[in-house]
Amino acid sequence: MPERFFAIKPFVGNASVSGADPVPGRGVTSLSDKTMSVEEFASTIESGMTVGIGGWGSRRKPMALVRALLRTDVTDLTVVSLGGPDVGLLCAAGKVRKVAYGFVSLDSIPLDPHFRAARESGSVEIAEYDEGMFVAGLKAAAQRLSFLPTRAGLASDVLTMNPGLRTVTSPYDDGEEYVAMPALRMDVALIHLNRADAAGNGQYLGPDPYFDDLYSMAADRCYLSCEEIVPTERLREAPFQSLLIRRMYVDGVIETPHGAHFTSCVPDYDRDEAFQREYAAAAKDPESWSRFEEAYLRGDESGYQAAVADFASTGTRSA
Amino acid sequence: MEFTRAEVCVVAASDSWRNAGEVLAHAVGTVPALSARLARLTHSPDLVLSDGEAFFMSEPAPLGKTAADGGVVEAWAPFSSIFDILQSGRRRSMMGASQLDRYGNQNISCIGDWRQPKRQLIGVRGAPGNTVNHRTNYWVSRHSSRVFVEKVDVVSGVGNDRARANGGAALRFHDLGVVITDLAVLDYGPDGRLRIRSVHPGVTVEEVQRSTGFDLDGTDAVETRTPTSEELRLIREVIDPKSLRSREVPA
Repeated sequence: MPERFFAIKPFVGNASVSGADPVPGRGVTSLSDKTMSVEEFASTIESGMTVGIGGWGSRRKPMALVRALLRTDVTDLTVVSLGGPDVGLLCAAGKVRKVAYGFVSLDSIPLDPHFRAARESGSVEIAEYDEGMFVAGLKAAAQRLSFLPTRAGLASDVLTMNPGLRTVTSPYDDGEEYVAMPALRMDVALIHLNRADAAGNGQYLGPDPYFDDLYSMAADRCYLSCEEIVPTERLREAPFQSLLIRRMYVDGVIETPHGAHFTSCVPDYDRDEAFQREYAAAAKDPESWSRFEEAYLRGDESGYQAAVADFASTGTRSA
Repeated sequence: MEFTRAEVCVVAASDSWRNAGEVLAHAVGTVPALSARLARLTHSPDLVLSDGEAFFMSEPAPLGKTAADGGVVEAWAPFSSIFDILQSGRRRSMMGASQLDRYGNQNISCIGDWRQPKRQLIGVRGAPGNTVNHRTNYWVSRHSSRVFVEKVDVVSGVGNDRARANGGAALRFHDLGVVITDLAVLDYGPDGRLRIRSVHPGVTVEEVQRSTGFDLDGTDAVETRTPTSEELRLIREVIDPKSLRSREVPA
């Protein structure tokens, strides 16, 4: 894959990958079916890609999709994220060349331990941005702009840490100078919502949409995992304002119950704090981390969920 | 009236919200979060408080509780709107600082060279944007020369010298107010440098200066005001009955 981070990448559209025939018996008016398995999703990701990951910190992260990436031989990824354990796990697995982030936090634990280790060993490149700058970069990417101006970052060392950043002067009489936050354009975006239909209309039922709509628009392809795939007509069971993601930006829909675990996916479930502590404790040394990997990450998603259920009932990892 | 150092800190921090007007209080840390609640219940009824998630609450929520735990929601404010609000200026921050220099440059990003830090911290987070968009105050729970340093490793929150040198959009809304610590209240002189405004009861100017890694003018320092009985009642019975404050500032 070409270097595309920072390179102002032309918008090439969100091509549909399915091209599937209409659902039999439902006529030509039915929406295209974009459902796929986590393995099918993972097979579309190539080394060197720029991957955006929705959610916020340790909240509503598409963890089942991240776990699927861990099982591939994909490497050299550039990850764009308001990061949490998504970034930590990918770093720990050696999948990451560069991380562009506003933060990498587990919320109740201030910093992801794998990310901390990767930073302190110098094993990943970074683009650390102010959170507001990061959002400006998402908006620019979604709008097919090369940059958006923002005050955030001015006079700070964000400009030192990102020597490629430029400022832009207002063409109007005020002549004000702003940071020109470049578009954070992505090859693919991964997001996780509570519900979606098979065509990729996504619905969040928790308190915060985070920036998942921007991710879906900022990427050439977007994969939406969800707790439950429902018939389109059931989407109106919740207020219309919960319909966050539009199918024209979605290329694949993957049903992954508990797919955000151990991050939160309110109201389906809160963050699994006990498991998150287990994750963070295991990250402290290589031996305990390889035991964690053995217990939770060697098998497929159903194996993971079974091991988590064991952990929940016994408070210890399975042998 | 008996009171603890933690309670002096909460009250001093509460005073930093005076005259903020009808703005969103952004408070990071136990003492800042308590102080915004105390301000809201005493001198600053217009202050807007969030539940730390996506909601503004019409009454101060118990520390660590969100709208999901109850209370009256007055507005919905997901993260996407927070960045709009902070750029509109209707917000005031009290953030922590891992390092702070004499001009109020703040570091929460990392210790050492950013390319391969000795210690990765939480990252710059919102500090660069906060400091160039609205009033920003700091809270330092352990006043020491490890925090108050000659030079910070990564300028996250922008200090007075850098804002002035940059001028323009970096300076237009730049507004550093006070630094509250477990020993003192610091503010900035006309030269943009930190100085001692007041020392907490039982603390000397010399002690504050000894605990600071650069010269700190204490000429005009007075004693920090003591909590009123009503403030103590609110802190102990209403805002912080579990005394989380004493974990951040031990007696």
